[in-house]
Amino acid sequence: MKSKNNIIIFSFLLILAALSLMTYKIKYLNFPLFQDETVNIWNIEAKITFNARKEQSASISMTLPSKQDGLMIINEESSSANFGYSNSFINGLKKGNWTKREVQGEQVLYYSIDVIKDPFFKAEQKDEIDEEIFRKEVSTAFVQASTSLLNSIYEKSANGVSFTSLLIKEFNLKEPSQATTMIKNNFMKTNKQKRDTLVQLIDKMGYKVRTIGALYLKDRQRNIELTPMLEVFYKDKWHLFDINKGEISKNSNIFIWQRGSQYLLDAEGVRNSDVRFSVTKNIVPARSAALSKDVKNQNTLLDFSLFVLPNEAQNTFKLLLLVPLGALVVVIMRVFIGIKTSGTFMPILLSMAFIETQLLPGILMFILVVTIGLIVRSYLSYLNLLLVARISAVLIVVVGIMAFVAILSQKLGLQYATSITFFPIIILAWTIERMSIIWEEDGPKEVLLQGSGSLLVSILAFFAMTNSVLSFITFNFPEVLLAVLGVIILLGRYSGYRLSELYRFKSMVD
Amino acid sequence: MNFIDLNQWLIKMFFANPFKLKELGILGMNNRNINYIGKLNKRKNFPLVDDKLKTKQIAQEHNIAVPELLGFIEYQVQINNFKHYIKNENGFVIKPAQGSGGKGILVIIKTVGNKFIKPNGVEVGYSDIKRHISNILSGLYSLGGKNDVAVFEKLVEFDSVFDGFSYEGVPDVRVVVYKGYPALAMMRLSTSNSDGKANLHQGAVGVGIDIKTGKALNAVQFDRPVQVHPDTQKPLKELKVPFWDDILLLASKCYDMTNMGYLGADIVIDKNKGPLVLELNARPGLAIQIANGIGAQRRFKKIDKVKYKESDPEKRVLFSKTNF
Repeated sequence: MKSKNNIIIFSFLLILAALSLMTYKIKYLNFPLFQDETVNIWNIEAKITFNARKEQSASISMTLPSKQDGLMIINEESSSANFGYSNSFINGLKKGNWTKREVQGEQVLYYSIDVIKDPFFKAEQKDEIDEEIFRKEVSTAFVQASTSLLNSIYEKSANGVSFTSLLIKEFNLKEPSQATTMIKNNFMKTNKQKRDTLVQLIDKMGYKVRTIGALYLKDRQRNIELTPMLEVFYKDKWHLFDINKGEISKNSNIFIWQRGSQYLLDAEGVRNSDVRFSVTKNIVPARSAALSKDVKNQNTLLDFSLFVLPNEAQNTFKLLLLVPLGALVVVIMRVFIGIKTSGTFMPILLSMAFIETQLLPGILMFILVVTIGLIVRSYLSYLNLLLVARISAVLIVVVGIMAFVAILSQKLGLQYATSITFFPIIILAWTIERMSIIWEEDGPKEVLLQGSGSLLVSILAFFAMTNSVLSFITFNFPEVLLAVLGVIILLGRYSGYRLSELYRFKSMVD
Repeated sequence: MNFIDLNQWLIKMFFANPFKLKELGILGMNNRNINYIGKLNKRKNFPLVDDKLKTKQIAQEHNIAVPELLGFIEYQVQINNFKHYIKNENGFVIKPAQGSGGKGILVIIKTVGNKFIKPNGVEVGYSDIKRHISNILSGLYSLGGKNDVAVFEKLVEFDSVFDGFSYEGVPDVRVVVYKGYPALAMMRLSTSNSDGKANLHQGAVGVGIDIKTGKALNAVQFDRPVQVHPDTQKPLKELKVPFWDDILLLASKCYDMTNMGYLGADIVIDKNKGPLVLELNARPGLAIQIANGIGAQRRFKKIDKVKYKESDPEKRVLFSKTNF
């Protein structure tokens, strides 16, 4: 009794472990449970255009985005015909550098990144970029106008954040004050100017402020510039402000490309350089997103998963991971139903062959090969050969039959011609041998019974193994194997009646 | 009749209610494997039972009557020795020590000069017998084809009390011995269906035998009740096994010899020597329950209630005879 309890606890622990691993992967690594789940990948592309100068080598460098909380960059790509490309880090800022010795005519460079939203992603905090605000010489009119404005807003605010909010609100009023209007008309002709002026004003009040160039993640944006924004430091944190909308509390929709006021683009030896952005939303299967994510994430759990294997090995494992499902079917059929099969795991191998050959052609070929094999084997038994020689003879006959069937179906124009090679020949030879022994010892009825039993189990195993939901789950969550193991261990302790016994002992209850 | 009713009717028609089976104490295959074979039969003792030569040797040490061992041959070079083994015998049997299902058993009922006569009257010569032995040694009849030993034993002369109860073959008594107590017994009669073999799943008739008296109870063929022998039409109720007490005692002693808590003993009756243990089985089947019309667990549970370990086989037989 004690060992029985231990086994139950053990198998439940296995099942529990599998389920909790699965839950972890679904919840925190965003693995999809079903195949058709999708996520959005944002593709942001920077397009740099410029004209070449005669007999000058070109050197272009662009500030690249750094890591950001909540948004993960899963892919970076730069495409540029014949340009040398390299990355550099200057003062904690990442830059992409394109170089070429001889350039002609108009040139286009692309740099694109793929971003997905991941609320659990935290960018490691690097050295803060502190910005020296360049204080411009301004006219006395501006100073006067701004001083009165700043003082009145300062009175109404409590700190840098509320000050900035009020300041932005002031400039967005429909009927602003005279001073505001004056500044607006003279110093805020473009959004960029507006941002720079706001930064000047905030800096003047002694608050820590920096400029931001960002992109809203909205689909189908083409040929746009970075939206100018600013950040104000308050209580250990930078607060992001849209210069038209005020403070942005939830910034998962905003991708920050540039921090600080240094040039976005730095071009030498070229003319008319410009950079434009486009944002596109791509819908992709959730698994590939989750996968490309952990390449970046270096999650230890996934670092030790099947996905680190080369593609070919992954495909092999896709099939191998289905074998336990087949074993589960075999255990259920034998322990609960009581179906007799010839050879315990022969049905699994058979169903693996069926996966390659398709079900119906596979069944027909199996029956054909075994029937011919049995006929040949019955002749061999007259010869009274020793076991090893006999099985080897059957083996050769099996290969011969397979070749014959392949050639025949090719001649008849059947497309399954060569898939017969997927049958495990050794297993077929043993099956024939075992069945012919059963024929001799227990008669043809038993052969038919065990043969059809094996076929039935392998067909069921085939359906279990080709079920797309199940195969998706076993490959993406190999830990399910632990649960299957637990279930099989539990079944191994099932001491109740089999269905076949309910039939067998029927006469005893009548 | 709607679909659900029809369904239920079909289920009732073909399947027994599992709770009713449990109530009757009927032992199922899973239960047998886990709780009886798995718990009571130690793995290391299995070779004693699976290897007929070992069984025979240990049986002789324990004074358990078996068909007399004339000798055995292990290696091909010894094949000619068989002449020594059979020189004083008129009839003899050659069998593979680890054969299964009666394969590879050669029965010679008479020796005439250089010729040996099989039960069906066919004569075979020395060279035929040598080839048969060679085949046994190279594993033609053993499971998985491993090398085997050829065992020579004296021919059992069957008692004529079973005339008409068996067709072509050898009738034997299977006694299931649980923890040393004879629990269930069954006579196995070969039929034309079973091709002279005494295996129930091949179509032999199983006749449940009353432990108290040795008289027939029920009979089954292919797990379904029968009244008369299908070939000879002899009413099976008339069957009574002679030497019944000796058979039970013999079976019970096999427990002390093998230490197997769940054991099947196959016993034949020799005209001159009485009951002999032909072979033992560590995985006796479940059809014996149908032949007796009783669930095995009912009897096993009664035996389980005996708290002390009874080492005297005669007392164990007495217990079985009074309780079953």
